[in-house]
Amino acid sequence: MQVELRGITKRFGSLVASRAVDLTVEPGEIHALLGENGAGKTTLMNILYGLYHADQGTILIDGHPVHLGSPRAALDAHIGMVHQHFMLVPVFTVAENVVLGHEPVRGPLGFLDRRRAHEEIRRLSQAFGLDVDPEAVVESLPVGVQQRVEIVKALVRQAQLLILDEPTAVLTPQEIGELFRVMRSLKADGRSILFITHKLGEVLEIADRITVLRHGAVVGRTTPDRTSEAELASMMVGRAVEFRVAKAAAQAGRVVLDVEGLTVADARGALAVVDVALQVRAGEILAVAGVQGNGQTELVRALFGLVPPVAGRVRVDGTDVTGATPRRVAAAGVGYVPEDRQREGLVLPFSVAENLVLDLYDRAPFGRGLRFDPRAVTANARARLEEFDIRAAGPAAPAATLSGGNQQKVVLAREFSRPLKLLIATQPTRGLDVGSTEIVHRRLVEERDRGTAILLVSTELDEVLGLGDRIAVMSRGRITGYAQPSTPREEIGLMMAGVTSGPAAAAP
Amino acid sequence: MAPDVEQPPAPPEGGGARWLPDARRRLGRGLQVVARSGTAVTTTLAIFSALVVGAVIMIVTTPQTLSAWSAFPSNPGAALGSSWTLVTSAYTALFVGAVGSPAAWLHAITSLSPPALTAAAYPLSETLVATAPLLLGGLSVSLAFRTGLFNIGAQSQLLAGAIVAGWVGFSLPGLPWPVHLPLAILAGAGAGAVAGWVPGVLRARTGAHEVIVTIMLNYVAANLLIYLLSLPAFLPRGAANAISRTTPASARLPHLAGPGLRVNAGILLALAAAYGVWWLLQRSTLGFRFRMVGASHDAASAAGVDIRRMITGSMVIAGALAGLAGVVEILGVSPQLVPGFAQNLGFTAITVALLGQARPGGVVLAALLFGAFQAGGLQMQASTTIPLELVQVIEAVIVFFIAAPALVRAIYRIRTSGTGFRLFSQGWGG
Repeated sequence: MQVELRGITKRFGSLVASRAVDLTVEPGEIHALLGENGAGKTTLMNILYGLYHADQGTILIDGHPVHLGSPRAALDAHIGMVHQHFMLVPVFTVAENVVLGHEPVRGPLGFLDRRRAHEEIRRLSQAFGLDVDPEAVVESLPVGVQQRVEIVKALVRQAQLLILDEPTAVLTPQEIGELFRVMRSLKADGRSILFITHKLGEVLEIADRITVLRHGAVVGRTTPDRTSEAELASMMVGRAVEFRVAKAAAQAGRVVLDVEGLTVADARGALAVVDVALQVRAGEILAVAGVQGNGQTELVRALFGLVPPVAGRVRVDGTDVTGATPRRVAAAGVGYVPEDRQREGLVLPFSVAENLVLDLYDRAPFGRGLRFDPRAVTANARARLEEFDIRAAGPAAPAATLSGGNQQKVVLAREFSRPLKLLIATQPTRGLDVGSTEIVHRRLVEERDRGTAILLVSTELDEVLGLGDRIAVMSRGRITGYAQPSTPREEIGLMMAGVTSGPAAAAP
Repeated sequence: MAPDVEQPPAPPEGGGARWLPDARRRLGRGLQVVARSGTAVTTTLAIFSALVVGAVIMIVTTPQTLSAWSAFPSNPGAALGSSWTLVTSAYTALFVGAVGSPAAWLHAITSLSPPALTAAAYPLSETLVATAPLLLGGLSVSLAFRTGLFNIGAQSQLLAGAIVAGWVGFSLPGLPWPVHLPLAILAGAGAGAVAGWVPGVLRARTGAHEVIVTIMLNYVAANLLIYLLSLPAFLPRGAANAISRTTPASARLPHLAGPGLRVNAGILLALAAAYGVWWLLQRSTLGFRFRMVGASHDAASAAGVDIRRMITGSMVIAGALAGLAGVVEILGVSPQLVPGFAQNLGFTAITVALLGQARPGGVVLAALLFGAFQAGGLQMQASTTIPLELVQVIEAVIVFFIAAPALVRAIYRIRTSGTGFRLFSQGWGG
């Protein structure tokens, strides 16, 4: 099936989200749609999937114009979509999720034909190497398998074109490899894939053709053999991009964060962090690498006082803050860039100005006793917007209206506006585009050079290697070893998988 | 098939039959412009729609108009005419009962005679009397809501306030009023605060949902009142009926416009409270923390806010505000406690808060509107055949439209690009 978008334009008020976009996906092709956040990738896909209606332009399938007024119409036209956030019912089985809204029935009363559903899923699972058990309950499955359930859902509905919206954002490196294998087998079957991403390496690895979007318009079409990461990046951003983080050697000073024997339980009571000891010195970045879900979240939450540890001791510059409230930890000079900036880092309905003082509201000049001074808050916001180049409609704009990169800049600007001894930054560039990532990295290095100790937790190996002065690898709740930024990626990868042997496991 | 393109509305074509959709489209386009300025338009349209629904209900529940409509094919004029007369006379009575008749005002202003002024201002006075407790109750619900809590218990806090303020009033006679009145007011507010503290601290410490607890406390308070009205401490000597002693003049809120008008200092207290709540939410560090907790527990705790203390604190202040609603009722309007005191005031307060979008300024306007409905509804009942209950129907329909802004937008063809309303229906998971 060939799908063609011709002259698609979509406006939201004065913003042009899609500008006369032409795009053709051939049968049996993996077509990568590349662009920064806000470049219009998702808008375009939502138009193709019938969620939005284009203001101008035509969609053609095998040369015939079609009207895709709803996702159902798109499904009927054999277009399927795997959303970035899965649309699965966690307590249902795989089979129940797959057939939801499309149930095979038998008998006059229309009983659900589970057997038929299971057989169909097993057949597809085998044909494309998806390895999905129809009887498993979805919430018990790893993220990568859940994603394949989404793919099965589309295949059961006979999708010939699959839209994968940022499918690798939530996957471990191993899971990404499996996804790519599945994508290749789908392609071999003659199905087409529209692969939306902003990760350059993946595009070069898997795509047949590449279309680059910027500000809603197509700025480049190429193929992997004719281009490079640097070229793609400059197309996306509109200028040359510095990949390596420019930084001098760390001038490590006294120990600021000193953790001993820290053990933390997760929400279900299972031990998520076991007997962790680590030290971060002033003026250095300790990067904690690891696959998502190996205790990093709980480690950080315990350090900042959001969950009480089961055992162990945490000291910040000599002050014992074990089990202290976040307020006391912050008062000891600790800044916190949370993993989920939209949930923990920001109050989305609040204005940018208010978000910039979330933890400073009761200090001069913003508050004195019970009094709160909105004028000082606004004045502060003007200065910070300027200083951190935060693109917002103004200090009064709700934080929810900002792009991910600008939201993260708000969080950093706030944390940097009080004197810090230690900054805990978790996934500071998750979901950010190339340009914003560059800015965040530069700010972190600047803060390091000012003598702040930085604990960086990231699942992006590139980030860990680029920023870390020392690297600690975490696996199954333990620090499984330390590495240098020069350590080969494969070796760190093994450590992330929990293999502790080899020279990399040597002392820091 | 045509490409899937949403065309802008085509220019109107000629032809007499097209005028209606065209006018509607023009009206819709005009409204779109205003709608971007906020929720005021949707709220106004909700009120307007509710009045239309009220008119329809009047017509179909009045035998005369209904029979005129059954003869519609032979005599359409009579059906339309009688309906028009019914609706306009009812709404005119409602209006006159709420703000006074233009003729009476004209006479009062030209003559400037005190009796004429009193007569003209009487409806307005009644409106303000009804507004004061609704405003205080609405502020109570709003403050809790801004902290992310549903205070369904304004009624229980209000009763607690009225019981204690009334008791301080009638059991301590002989105190000079500069002592007695403030004491009674503070005691009532304090009692409301305690009644709010209970669900607050239960929510904060044990996670018991404040909706359940406050609903149950409403029963507790109502039945506690009935029990208290069997005790000698509350009843006049030798009384057989469950009607309490009367609060003496030294504990009564002073009248503002002479003894002929019931309007009293309660409305000033309520307006001051509205300013106070606005100041608290927008100009105080405590209010900033309340709002933070209301918008995001996760972000608030990451910012070092003690969520449990904020929840308890917000419910205490909300309880005090509702307690004051009971205070202005017993010390301003009905000086005796009776079973079923204040009727549904605490529940109407929830509606007021909803209509006012949980913002102090909005709540002032909403309370005035509901106060006007209350005062005008009585007049309407007296001078037409339409019962007071119609006003309650209209109030309910307003809530219905406010809670379904999409419906209002669909009726009036308003397009919005906004993020939608803050709804009371959100966040029940708490």
